[in-house]
Amino acid sequence: MAKVGLMIDYEYCTGCQSCELACKNEHGFGHDKWGIKMQEFGPYEMESKKLEWNYLPFPTSYCDLCETRVNDGGIPSCVLHCLANVIEWGPVDELAKRLDAKGSKAVIFLP
Amino acid sequence: MAFHFKESPAPKEEVLADGTVVTRTCAWSPPGCHAVGCGLKLFVKDGKLQKVEGDPDHQLTQGRLCPRCLALKEAVYHPDRILYPMKRAKENRGLNKWERISWDEATELIVTKTEEIRAKYGSESICIYMGTGREAVRYGFTLGAKVLRTPNNCYAQSGWSCMGPRQTAMTMMLGSAYIELDYGGGYLDVWDSPDFVAPDYVFCLGKEPLKSNPDGLWGHALIEIMKRGSKLIMVDPRMNWLATRADQVLQLIPGTDAALVLAILNVLINEDLVDHDFIDKWCYGFDELKERVQEYTPEFAAKTCGITAEEIVTCARKLGYDGKHHWSLLMGVAVDQNPNGCQVTQGLIAMAAITGNLDVPGGTVVGVQMQFEMTGCTDSMTEELKNKCIGWDTYPIVKVLLNTTHPDITLEALETGRPYELKMAWFDSTNLLSPTCSAQPKRWHDALMKMEFVVAKEMFMTPTVMALADVVLPLATWAEHDGIVMTNQGCQMGIAGAINKALQVGECKSDLEMLVHFGNAFLDDYPFKTVQEYLIDDVGKLGTTWEELSEKVVAINDIGGYRKHERGLIRADGQVGFQTATGRVELWATGYNRMGDEPLPYYFPPKLGAEARPDLAKEYPLTCTTGARYYASFHSEHRQIPSLRRLTPAPYIEIHPKVAAELGINTGDEVTIENPWGSCHEIAKVTPIVREDVVSVAHGWWYPEEDGEEPNLFGVWKSNINSLVPHRVLGKMGFGAPYKQLPVKIYKTPVEEQILRGKGEYHG
Ligand code: SF4
Ligand code: SF4
Ligand code: SF4
Repeated sequence: MAKVGLMIDYEYCTGCQSCELACKNEHGFGHDKWGIKMQEFGPYEMESKKLEWNYLPFPTSYCDLCETRVNDGGIPSCVLHCLANVIEWGPVDELAKRLDAKGSKAVIFLP
Repeated sequence: MAFHFKESPAPKEEVLADGTVVTRTCAWSPPGCHAVGCGLKLFVKDGKLQKVEGDPDHQLTQGRLCPRCLALKEAVYHPDRILYPMKRAKENRGLNKWERISWDEATELIVTKTEEIRAKYGSESICIYMGTGREAVRYGFTLGAKVLRTPNNCYAQSGWSCMGPRQTAMTMMLGSAYIELDYGGGYLDVWDSPDFVAPDYVFCLGKEPLKSNPDGLWGHALIEIMKRGSKLIMVDPRMNWLATRADQVLQLIPGTDAALVLAILNVLINEDLVDHDFIDKWCYGFDELKERVQEYTPEFAAKTCGITAEEIVTCARKLGYDGKHHWSLLMGVAVDQNPNGCQVTQGLIAMAAITGNLDVPGGTVVGVQMQFEMTGCTDSMTEELKNKCIGWDTYPIVKVLLNTTHPDITLEALETGRPYELKMAWFDSTNLLSPTCSAQPKRWHDALMKMEFVVAKEMFMTPTVMALADVVLPLATWAEHDGIVMTNQGCQMGIAGAINKALQVGECKSDLEMLVHFGNAFLDDYPFKTVQEYLIDDVGKLGTTWEELSEKVVAINDIGGYRKHERGLIRADGQVGFQTATGRVELWATGYNRMGDEPLPYYFPPKLGAEARPDLAKEYPLTCTTGARYYASFHSEHRQIPSLRRLTPAPYIEIHPKVAAELGINTGDEVTIENPWGSCHEIAKVTPIVREDVVSVAHGWWYPEEDGEEPNLFGVWKSNINSLVPHRVLGKMGFGAPYKQLPVKIYKTPVEEQILRGKGEYHG
């Protein structure tokens, strides 16, 4: 069976950081420990009046893909709570197809 | 109006194997935000909240949550929470000399004092103060008018600059309580409904819904419709993240919106990009509007707004009528925080109307009446008492539209004792000394110190409560009580949700519990003995029952769908058309005329801007806008919540790199912001997102970690941007103040004057 990963659409990740808190809530991590952490690229004015500005949450070594929740029949906490609904979760071969269909501004993480 | 429930909704309550009770409920501040009513599951074991989760069975939010609601537990069990009633001697105001009392004692004290003041000075000497968006808004009108029995209900924002201007145009031109983005809010499957038509364009002016969830619109619905093809046009002096995803951005000079809107109308009309059929059938005053907009050419507006004429023409053509495409309007509080705001809204509604985009799928949804007691609450009062409401003689529009006092005139009455002395204040869940609503908060502070008796309801000891209150009542979070929450108080498509009580903390009571409690304490014949009785009556009027709503947790409210004017669903008399004097959309507004303003929209230069006040421009060359939102807070809420404060530890002033370089300011520096009315300090964030001539200054700040006593008051004056907003600089009808167009100068704070040291690294 293919490995399970997280696909993130950073065209529409709004940088809300709910994934961070959702993951902490699930795992009981303290303030200085994250299973996933939002990163900001920009805003850079690379062309006049046009800003390059993206948010992308980065899973850490503490992301266990919500093993317990998933074994209990649930979905990962960050996937459920993501405000912009931009985190997808599943076997990488399936995610790869969705990545291709999305066409741009998306990544797959294998935490 | 009809409510739609899911066919077999998840149960309201579930008990897990270990005895944990999981309750489905909907949220409404405190804490959180406006009446969005997002769905949550609360896990409670032995009466203690264990964790919160999003509710995947909520039709609209489907489990998604903001950091604010995800951090609920930190708020519920925060060591600083007010857990029981407290009192303090009047001479100890400002000092932390609170004494715990019982609810019985608090009640008796409040009733006795209130009745004493009523007997001595009259009912009108009592004034209730409300803030924005919190649940108190649903019950505050009733509490003030029917229980405290005063005509004076005050929302302290200068010029009623949240809703005043927008409400004026919505009521006077359409007779609608609210108009809103079409995101499919009336369908059970919202944007995924096969019947939903995504707007081709969303024209968003002065709003950032993702963070603000304004007036109950669940902001991320915009992202969902953008994923489904809607293109965004943003009008904002800040190129925020959302603007980077837009099809077009009009980065205008703050306060010039009316010129832009009139120029767009000019292009639409002169290029004949209008829906003649709709105009002939449903509009009034098109020819007059056509004549009016001739002077507002794209070239004129380009110069005024600091953008190009091509940008304006391109935008207008996208929004023009072609019989196929539709666009939806999103207008924000920036419209209101502008003395010209009544005219901006007038122009925006005209744009939607003449292009055939009012109340059609993919257009702008026209709302029905609000489903709560606001203008009607004083009906049982004598005309004499009712008309004592402060400010109605100066600005009669507040009487017609809002049934509150006029905020600026209220401050003057507090200060001068004219037309009569105000003696008692009841802060109904508002923190008006923090830079949230009032302009010149120091003046409000000094004036309110004169009150004989002050009651406040709060979750935390805020600067307002610490400075002014004699009695403070502990306010419950939404997890701790029963209630109802509706998108835009039920006047717009969206949800109607039950707030289901899952736990009790201390002796806290909700706004509704306190209404019923004091209703019975003050009156022998108060009609409801319990919250349940109240809700059975309240929800019963809405076409469902409290039992059903509470059990099924959330319904979709379709408000009657689209094209309601064709089916007699807008007017109170059931006739087709709009609720206006002519029954049509009044492009020439008879109501404006009646209220002493011009019936057609017009532009005037910002009252404190370089054109009107060259004297100020020399010393204060930058324009300051304020009020930009953060995910980590709702106005002045959440500063003491550890995980949220870590997300946004300090108030930031955004400065363009070019200006920052000229002034020798770097990101992280403490900056002083100054103008003739006041000064405050924030931390610099150098960023290209603002125009070169604009700085954006954060609002809402106070420092719960600091000394709460006078004169520091949790540092409330340190970053108080509202100190820089002058009193009573308003539009003709008394609405709209210059919160987002302040002339300022900024400089790097000299070391000896720094007051924010260490604020960037919060470790609470
Ligand atoms: S999948 Fe689970 S563990 Fe991994 S980042 Fe998301 S919430 Fe955290
Ligand atoms: S919750 Fe979703 S939208 Fe928010 S930061 Fe995380 S990935 Fe982005
Ligand atoms: S919009 Fe965010 S803060 Fe407001 S109720 Fe929903 S989750 Fe809570």
